[in-house]
Amino acid sequence: MATTQEAKTGGSTLEGLRASSWSSRIAVAIIAALTVLLLVQAVREPGQFTSQLLIGLTNGAIIALIALGYTLVYGIIELINFAHGDNFMIGSFVGVTVLSGTFLGLGFFAPIDASSGAALKVFGVLFALVVAMVVCGLVNVGIERVAYKPLRNSPRLAVLITAIGMSFILQNVGLAWKDASQIPFPSLVSNANILAGVTDEVTFRWKDLFVLAVTVPLLVALSYFIRSTKQGKAMRAVAQDKEAAAMMGINVNRTISVAFLLGGILAGASGVMFGLFNGTTVFDVGLRQGLFAFTAAVLGGIGNLTGAVVGGILIGIIGSMTDQYIGVRWTDIVIFTVLILVLVFRPRGLLGDRSAVQGGGGE
Amino acid sequence: MKERRRVGMLAVLGVAAAFVVVGCGGGEQGSGGGGGETPTATVVSDLPLQGSSRPQNETIVNAITLALEERDYMAGDVQIEYTSQDNATAQAGQWDEARCSENAQSAAQDESIVGWIGPFNSGCAAVEIPILNQAGLAMVSPANTALGLTKEGGEPAEPEQYYPTGERNYTRVIVADDKQGRAGAVYMQDLGVQSVYILDDQETYGKGLADQFQQAAEDLGIEVLGRESIDGDAANYRSLMTQIAQTQPDAIYFGGITQNNAGQLVSDKVGVGMSNSDVLFVGPDGILEEEFLNAAGDAAEGIYITFGGLPASELPGAGQEFVSSYEERFPDSSIEAYTTYGYEAANVMLDAIERAYNADGEVTREGVVRELFATQDYSGTLGTWSFDADGDTTLTELSGNRVENGEFQFDRVIDVGGA
Repeated sequence: MATTQEAKTGGSTLEGLRASSWSSRIAVAIIAALTVLLLVQAVREPGQFTSQLLIGLTNGAIIALIALGYTLVYGIIELINFAHGDNFMIGSFVGVTVLSGTFLGLGFFAPIDASSGAALKVFGVLFALVVAMVVCGLVNVGIERVAYKPLRNSPRLAVLITAIGMSFILQNVGLAWKDASQIPFPSLVSNANILAGVTDEVTFRWKDLFVLAVTVPLLVALSYFIRSTKQGKAMRAVAQDKEAAAMMGINVNRTISVAFLLGGILAGASGVMFGLFNGTTVFDVGLRQGLFAFTAAVLGGIGNLTGAVVGGILIGIIGSMTDQYIGVRWTDIVIFTVLILVLVFRPRGLLGDRSAVQGGGGE
Repeated sequence: MKERRRVGMLAVLGVAAAFVVVGCGGGEQGSGGGGGETPTATVVSDLPLQGSSRPQNETIVNAITLALEERDYMAGDVQIEYTSQDNATAQAGQWDEARCSENAQSAAQDESIVGWIGPFNSGCAAVEIPILNQAGLAMVSPANTALGLTKEGGEPAEPEQYYPTGERNYTRVIVADDKQGRAGAVYMQDLGVQSVYILDDQETYGKGLADQFQQAAEDLGIEVLGRESIDGDAANYRSLMTQIAQTQPDAIYFGGITQNNAGQLVSDKVGVGMSNSDVLFVGPDGILEEEFLNAAGDAAEGIYITFGGLPASELPGAGQEFVSSYEERFPDSSIEAYTTYGYEAANVMLDAIERAYNADGEVTREGVVRELFATQDYSGTLGTWSFDADGDTTLTELSGNRVENGEFQFDRVIDVGGA
């Protein structure tokens, strides 16, 4: 199936143009016009444009990391894990708890905050990231075992509702844990502009670099895992055909658990990163961020890992460009209009669904 | 969220049912008057006593108790009974619409109740006023600032929608948002601001304030560079702040509340390079709370916040007397922003009951409403003031506060009366 799909989309461009409908030609024309308008702005105010592009990139990178969790799980068992956004929230709560050094009323070490030394800060950030990744990974695996596995052979709708239920449960766990108010994160990553000495027009802070420094290695590691390890191959096999994979001696249950573990690890990392980057977190942060991440996954093609990253970064950039050139109140409208347009013309998302996890991407 | 709310609703219904039963039992006492016995009347307060606004509202209950104790629970010749009601639920952590409605409905049926002190939140007032209006019950709020509750300028159907009988029964001792929005502009003019960028959080309170502020700023000749509504759930506001920085304003005004991400907004403002000394930030009393300081962290240092009244330390002589007697009576409780307003509200209500009894020979709801609105040149803890025909105070002094060393510090008195 995947290969015929690839062959179709790979047809010659001229033929594609001739066969295209008027509506899709108009869509292409609109996109081209918008791109030209943006480029005009980029030439007129390069500093402003670059700043917004970088803001969009960092915001998008966080969304992309969450989107990967949605897409990984969907690629394997075709379930939208609605609890994923809330697992992300749990990740940020774990991060802030680790940095406070106090858990369940027991003080383990002095809080790591802005006044700590540089080495301690680096250690604190890494420690919080690792703990959150472990906790969220295990939470995700636990959720799968308790709530999804027993329903694996039930109608799709039953699992979907269970996922929504888990989302509410996690949200209320967060509410009970940290209350409804916004929780401040210690500012461990400097807000200073790296480019301060070079140019005044473009802002690129240590915080932005931090986001990229966490996201890129994770993406590379994930990509390596899926493409080159035995377990990764098993995941791709299970995604293609569960029964055939089982017949080949692949432990399907374990493979699905690994997918949830990976998704949870990414949620934990992005939760801590989100908190350190924005400075606050709140119990219902997963709802909004999860919605954007889910949108990003669909935009790029659900099940497609590259698609999730592209979708996330695209949403980040569309958001910042709309904030700059159209107006804040239009941002959500623009993002979801783009989503609808993409789905109308490319129902499988920008890069096509499920191809990467199934191994169809590069082959 | 929805499921949580449903459970909350059931709990509320249960509690409300209990209230109604108790209310009916108590209704037999009647409102007294005539005969040899002392006439009695009941005054209730209705405040959110759970969640984050609990500490503030407990001091208001204390202040009402103090006002009653100072009069030996007598308004002239009328014996007063006082009941403190809670309009919050634990599940919501704040005031709850269903709870406000139930409280108002049970009070409407209890004839012995002639006075209602509260509520604290304007949203709750919007639910309660129409119910109590039909019951003809006199209300005085210590804390509602939404303009539309009494005057035009809010939503199109306001304020008529709250008064189905066409007669007014609602008053407030706090200065409303038209004056607070204006105070923000006067404050900025005082601080030498010439251009401003206006933000709001798209809610009734915040948008209304920003509208009033914008009008006043234009009147005072402050250039409005732009106006945007923010999304309270957004992850951050760096794009918006980058864009605002390019317009180079002297100040940013934000009409909104802490819960709509005000802390993030301020930290992103500072984060993109607009320090609080270069580009001033002025907000309303919706962010005058500890939670805002927690969320904004160091970025809050040096921002300005208006409050629709005066802090206890700036009050006239009677106000200072209240402060010392409060501290003596409740040594464990420290005075909050609205405490004095609770005391004032209670005294105004009790005076109205006394006058109504003296004039009519009995205490009726109608008489109390009439006398409450007749409050003229009342000399109390807030100064000398009257209620206008809409039930608003004639006071025009508000306060400007500044965040210094992580605390709210009184900065100056802002008088908007000249306009």
